[in-house]
Amino acid sequence: MSDATATLAVTAAPTPSSKDDGARRRQVLILVAVCAVIALLLFAVTDVYLQNVLILTLMYAALSQSWNILGGYCGQISLGHALYFGVGAYTTSYLFAGYGILPWFGLVLGGVLSALLALVLGYFCFRLKGHYFAIATLVIAEIGLLLVHNSDTLGGALGIQWPFAADGWATMQFARNKLPYIYLALALFVVTWVATYVIEGSRWGFWWRAIKDDSQAAESLGVEVFRSKMAAAGVSAFFTAVGGAFYAAFVAYIDPDSVMSFRFSLLFCLPAVLGGIGTLWGPAVGALILIPVTELTRSYLGGSGSGLDLIIYGGLIMIVALARPEGVLSLFGGAGKGSAR
Amino acid sequence: MTPTSSSNIVEIRGLTRRFGGLVANRDVTMDIRHGEILGLIGPNGAGKSTLFNQIAGAFPPSSGEIRFEGREISRLPGTQRCLLGIARTFQVPRSFDSMTVVENVMVGSFVRHSAARAARAAAWQTLDYVGMADRGESPAGELTPPEKRRLEMARALATQPRILLLDEVLTGLTPSEAQQGVELVRRVRDSGVTVVMVEHVMEIVMPLVDRAVVLHLGQVLAEGPPKDVVRQDSVITAYLGERHRAA
Repeated sequence: MSDATATLAVTAAPTPSSKDDGARRRQVLILVAVCAVIALLLFAVTDVYLQNVLILTLMYAALSQSWNILGGYCGQISLGHALYFGVGAYTTSYLFAGYGILPWFGLVLGGVLSALLALVLGYFCFRLKGHYFAIATLVIAEIGLLLVHNSDTLGGALGIQWPFAADGWATMQFARNKLPYIYLALALFVVTWVATYVIEGSRWGFWWRAIKDDSQAAESLGVEVFRSKMAAAGVSAFFTAVGGAFYAAFVAYIDPDSVMSFRFSLLFCLPAVLGGIGTLWGPAVGALILIPVTELTRSYLGGSGSGLDLIIYGGLIMIVALARPEGVLSLFGGAGKGSAR
Repeated sequence: MTPTSSSNIVEIRGLTRRFGGLVANRDVTMDIRHGEILGLIGPNGAGKSTLFNQIAGAFPPSSGEIRFEGREISRLPGTQRCLLGIARTFQVPRSFDSMTVVENVMVGSFVRHSAARAARAAAWQTLDYVGMADRGESPAGELTPPEKRRLEMARALATQPRILLLDEVLTGLTPSEAQQGVELVRRVRDSGVTVVMVEHVMEIVMPLVDRAVVLHLGQVLAEGPPKDVVRQDSVITAYLGERHRAA
């Protein structure tokens, strides 16, 4: 035994980074495996309802991953990400319905606008710490909701109905066959995952985690605290808005409450908290548990508007908080290694 | 530039810091010389930590100035001072507990290396230097308090400082741990880094430091070689009270 540890120490010393490279390569392999499983599911799942659940699960996994960039890695808990989701959904819908501009363009523009908005809001809000920051984001998102409600340009409370268009990739409209939406949702998830993965291994990722753990110590080590938070907010808002654009294309009709209500802010935050906050796979694991459960209870118990799904979230979060504060992912030991707290 | 500024790495002039009605530092004027180990000592409440924090950049002085290598820095944030080459540790260790030990040190080495691979290699080197390479993969949260102190030093050293500010790194260690710490501090000084140590336990620092500055009630009470400083009446009085002066 002592011999084994001795050789380990000796062999580890010259190439200390190789172990880390291996751990990171393993994460990519997991992603490839997950994509392969989903590809197989495409053949197995032909039921439209189940396809719908799959799309929403992938979408919320992506959106929660986007939230996780700011809330999980950088430790700035936002309860107002519905605002950025709304910016993406409305930019895309407004441009397509009003001017016939293809949703692909709206998706990118919405993301950029949303990131800019996050920078402006961050400039003021990052002076606040902890709970005060979270409350500020919540209030700002509610103000945004009210503004859209009262905006005639954006259709007020009636929202925006997407014009009927022939099925096709250009308009992101697929009325007859849901399969392309699964591809899109999967692409959305993969893109946010890869972005998170790349950043996690970079200086930004380290800076964010340092700020989350102890911002004063981080500052003493040369971390640009304010700039790091701004970067995290911008990236997070960008991907959230891209998700909003996708959702708008998917449902083809949006109104303020259907894309900007507080419910969405919760739905972005909860999977990450449930699965493992500040980890690469936490949001996906959380979404995989949360979204199917919600959708199934909604359909079987007919809970439209009754809020039963929210009660279930609350229950799940309480169980996790009591039994596994690090999130469900921590049950799998090394799976989330590298960033598991 | 005046001749004095070439031998001094830090020059403090008329530094005063108030917290509400309390004056924690009053008109402190002192120098820190290139390449020395300076002990900043004094009884509890003397204003050592306040002075230390102003050099490190945790908060600005109420008045007065701090020059680092001739440059006025008293209004610069801590981040900027770190880039200039001022590194510090914290009295109560503030490790990043969700990270491993080597990742903690990488946060420091990222100041000088923008690529993760280079930062990681530098972090391992630093860990090796402070004798913690065997703990590199451990979560920082699992370290013992003395190990956390050492990690604080490793992290600070990874920023490749010109001056290292140590806040009670040797307090509360066993004699053998303290001895290791002393050797490490000497090695750091010998590598060309100026070291400032805040301690209130005189026995530990006096044999180690080249020069001591004694603070009392926020002011500089005495300064000089440690052997001379501890013999001064005013210092003995400040530490032990009036009655012990004769003894």
